[in-house]
Amino acid sequence: MFDKLLIANRGEIAVRIIRTAKELGLRTVAVFSEADRDSLPVRFADEAVCIGPPPAAKSYLNADAIIAAARAAGAGAIHPGYGFLSENARFAEAVAAAGLVFVGPTPATIRMMGDKAAARAAAREADVPIVPGSEGEVADLPQAAAAARDIGFPVMLKASAGGGGRGIRVAAHEAEFAHHFHIAQAEAAAAFGSSALYLERFLKRARHLEVQVLGDGNRIVHCFERECSLQRRRQKVWEEAPSPAIDETTRQALCASAVRLAERARYQGAGTLEYLYDDDTGEFFFIEMNTRIQVEHPVTELIAGIDLVREMILIAQGEPLRLAQPQVQTRGAAIEVRINAEDPDRNFRPSPGRVAAVTLPAGPGVRVDTLLYPGYVVPPYYDSLLAKIIVHAETRDLALARMRRALDEFEIEGVVTTASLHRRLVRLPQVQAARFDTGFLELLLAA
Amino acid sequence: MAQHEVLSPLPGIFYRRPAPEKPPYKQDGDRVADGDVVGLVEVMKQFTEIQADANGKVIRFLVDNEAAIESGQAVLLIETG
Repeated sequence: MFDKLLIANRGEIAVRIIRTAKELGLRTVAVFSEADRDSLPVRFADEAVCIGPPPAAKSYLNADAIIAAARAAGAGAIHPGYGFLSENARFAEAVAAAGLVFVGPTPATIRMMGDKAAARAAAREADVPIVPGSEGEVADLPQAAAAARDIGFPVMLKASAGGGGRGIRVAAHEAEFAHHFHIAQAEAAAAFGSSALYLERFLKRARHLEVQVLGDGNRIVHCFERECSLQRRRQKVWEEAPSPAIDETTRQALCASAVRLAERARYQGAGTLEYLYDDDTGEFFFIEMNTRIQVEHPVTELIAGIDLVREMILIAQGEPLRLAQPQVQTRGAAIEVRINAEDPDRNFRPSPGRVAAVTLPAGPGVRVDTLLYPGYVVPPYYDSLLAKIIVHAETRDLALARMRRALDEFEIEGVVTTASLHRRLVRLPQVQAARFDTGFLELLLAA
Repeated sequence: MAQHEVLSPLPGIFYRRPAPEKPPYKQDGDRVADGDVVGLVEVMKQFTEIQADANGKVIRFLVDNEAAIESGQAVLLIETG
């Protein structure tokens, strides 16, 4: 048991975690860089400790400084939030070695899910579908061509040593496979020092679905799915729950698969399993698991009536999972939009600076998780997320109407934000009909 | 001798190299052409190239590597003719 929690993060998620920790009767410790001295987490926490200069590498990624701050403040646990050190197994180990509780899964789980090949193998063992691909690397052209025929076209050729979307080519037909194979080998060798390739089916029109799970190391429940297909440069900009794209049978199968994999990992805490969903075939494929709270967790909280951060903290306190699966019921629809300090009219150029004035939306069914206040200076050092506007209503159509109204209420002066993009999206017929995939937004913006 | 200042389009952190282990884009005395990349500015986890907007020779950089800069701040002085 611990009665004091240090939050190893900044911005809206630090505010979010402090709120629930206070409701649980915990004392809270914020950590901050010199750039965040005048931030809301510092103001809201019971105590605040400066952990270094503005660059994240010297502050929010400085594990030693954070652990030292926790010990000096007498905190019993550290909540890592998202990003920064939240999926760093060595940090989780160091926290435990310092006699503190890490609010999240075990270092072994973090490490396994952080290793793509290991996560894929675990999924295969748990009978969770993964994107069809070669069994490991393909040695030469005949073997690769045979594997490609089994997988089906179009097929992606990926550099084993690549990552982050780099080192990928797509062969549309068998006729052009050999051509792409040779180029991909040469490119991989030049870019990554290894010509090793593996193959994966290319899903042309996939949606991004994900399943929220909670576990206590013994038992797992799912909290249904979210859909996050509206993305720009692989960054989600609009998320909703439930997914408007799947039927009840698919939903049950999807969520059951997530539970199987989390059970196999003896998962502890809150986690999210990400999938691609193929509209054409109705198939879903596991891609990876995030072993932390996610930015878009509020849409699940609103439809399920569960405070996910509260459950995370209680599990970290050593309590067994309080929920049984039948108790997790959803109601209505929720949508979240990310208000970033970026200018959609100037290719999403960042827009830091002083917030001269801000009006946040409120009223029935509207939640805003934010770091904003009038006079706040958005520093240039961190990501551009300023606020999440989240709405909940009886149906998706009503949620869209509510989001339209909430976005109309939102006003900000001094920085340019992505609110204008969302005002456009919420009125778009394709968005209203949920006819989109992960490529939709980029095409819209390029048009 | 005409001099020209290259300005940063954005506020942020200024870098003289494309990556920590790489050499600087330009050294004092180097020739520079209109459109040449002379530095990077990092703001909110995005990197934007700063390009020269004149031909000439690098006189000197006006900001240090990894220094915080403002939008419109001069980062480089070029001798143009």
